Amino acid sequence: MTLFIEQCLNGLQFGLLLFMLAAGLTLVFGIMDLVNLAHGSLYMLGAYFAATFAAWTGSFVLGAVLALGATLLVGMAVEVIAMRRLYGRDHLDHVLATFGLILFFDELVRLIWGAGGMSLPLPSWLNTSVRILPGVDYSAYKLSIILVSLAVAAFLYVLVMRTRLGMLIRAGASNREMIGALGVNIKLLFTLVFGLGAALAGLAGLMQAPILTVQIGMGENILILAFVITVIGGIGSIRGAFVAAILVGFIDTLGRAYFTDLLRLAFTKETAATAAPALSSMLIYLLMAIVLVIRPEGLFPASGK
Amino acid sequence: MTPTLGLRTIVAVVLLLALVLLPVYVEFTGSRFLLTLFTRIVILAIAAVSLNLILGYGGMMSFGHAAYLGIGGYAVGILAYEGVVTGFVQLPVALLVSALFALVIGALSLRTRGVYFIMITLAFAQMTYYIVAGLARYGGDDGLTIQKRSQFIAPINLSNKVQFYYICLALLFASIYLVWRIVNSRFGLVIQGARSNDTRMRAIGFPTYRYKLTCFVIAGTLCGLAGALLANHTDFVSPAMMYWTRSGDLIIMVVLGGMGSTFGPLFGAVALLVLEEVLSGITEYWQIILGPLLLLIVLFARGGIDGLLGKVRHG
Repeated sequence: MTLFIEQCLNGLQFGLLLFMLAAGLTLVFGIMDLVNLAHGSLYMLGAYFAATFAAWTGSFVLGAVLALGATLLVGMAVEVIAMRRLYGRDHLDHVLATFGLILFFDELVRLIWGAGGMSLPLPSWLNTSVRILPGVDYSAYKLSIILVSLAVAAFLYVLVMRTRLGMLIRAGASNREMIGALGVNIKLLFTLVFGLGAALAGLAGLMQAPILTVQIGMGENILILAFVITVIGGIGSIRGAFVAAILVGFIDTLGRAYFTDLLRLAFTKETAATAAPALSSMLIYLLMAIVLVIRPEGLFPASGK
Repeated sequence: MTPTLGLRTIVAVVLLLALVLLPVYVEFTGSRFLLTLFTRIVILAIAAVSLNLILGYGGMMSFGHAAYLGIGGYAVGILAYEGVVTGFVQLPVALLVSALFALVIGALSLRTRGVYFIMITLAFAQMTYYIVAGLARYGGDDGLTIQKRSQFIAPINLSNKVQFYYICLALLFASIYLVWRIVNSRFGLVIQGARSNDTRMRAIGFPTYRYKLTCFVIAGTLCGLAGALLANHTDFVSPAMMYWTRSGDLIIMVVLGGMGSTFGPLFGAVALLVLEEVLSGITEYWQIILGPLLLLIVLFARGGIDGLLGKVRHG
């Protein structure tokens, strides 16, 4: 039972982390109609920045804050230099151009930080476990990821639904010419939104960094998961991304943890042990296929798109 | 109708001749490396030709085409590992399995359009990648070495490098011809009609879903053939064959060469892989040049090489 609660929390933590990545992706798509494959590169950059800044300043939190700012700046620079020229063009153009950006960023990271990868050590006050229920201990760091992610989700909701900036963002999503004609600086707005998406990706990357090693290509595997989430949730819908991310986080984590036992009920021990790893990594794609058969536009299709 | 001798035709003919005569040049200079490189180029060009059928003509932006490369390759690899070395079994199995995968993936993916289609094909290809990487018996992540190339009856011998090159080249010509025939048939016109306006095609009474699915399966099968050849070429298969960046490479070849043109994918494959060779000769960090180059091509040369050549003729 203790293990089950722990696995559920792991699922929640992974889901919320994926949400941050998928939120940026779906925000940029919903508002600028832009497919950004390089989103995973920003995730990677966030992790590298955090590892570097934390080593420089000697403080985990300070490093994380600096890394967040740096990813935001890189995101805005990418928007101004490259993305701005891609709005309104074919999605295939976006795919190709951002694929080019991935190659560029991967190689740039190799050039600056070397091919070896880095690690981001946790400060001692996070590297402990907390008693969350009687008899159940959980990693303090993972718990803090859950809390930060929930705060970010709440912040996003308030930002998009309750502020003037969010109103402009939503207006820009439904008719960009019109709000441009009404005197809103649409270029700046788009740069900000792209920067926000980049910062979200960077945040996800730097929070994941202490758990995994910081390495080149780390953004690419998780990017595919973020894609699956945006597809399941409905492209352009932040609410959909949230629900789908939690769903995928749970299914993936619990699948990895319990699928072998589940298969053992029906098959021999050997078959279960060999088939489970491959099958459990298929689960989320299976979920995606089922969702698509029932609702080709995703669970929460963004209205007016 | 007299064919106009444009720059595009001249370049295509020169390139084809060069490809045919390459082994002769290699024979004189003894540059084995060149033959290996160009065998790879020719095989990947077949994959690009198959992608061009759905991407260029059908408007289906598949980002998971490398999956069939891996499936075709693994069909050969696994059969060889299990002791079935005859190509008369390996090749049909490779084609059949690729076709089946394309049928399932296509049937699900084609229910969607636009960005959804891009992401779904990508996700399915990644799924295939993870399945293959999980096959512990066949090497898992590390891949599988093929001890013996596909065996055919004499005089066909795939281990003879020059002969293998010519077989690949012949299959490339055959696939270019096949795609050309398909595109100019009634079937191909329906596919292209569905690309420009799917709703209208359905209103006229064409069940475009079935047409597109058939086209998707043909492309997948052809790419499976390329995979089977690639496995024989490298004597090795690994999940990396079907990693999503490989799908990206194939898209680059098609777009770089010129989408929806007969020889575009060939131009693109030659250009990209030769460019890779040249750049990696200049610097270890060659992708730092290739990446922005791609961006520039997208921004300023939409028609690809084929489009540029066509423009020169008019200008």
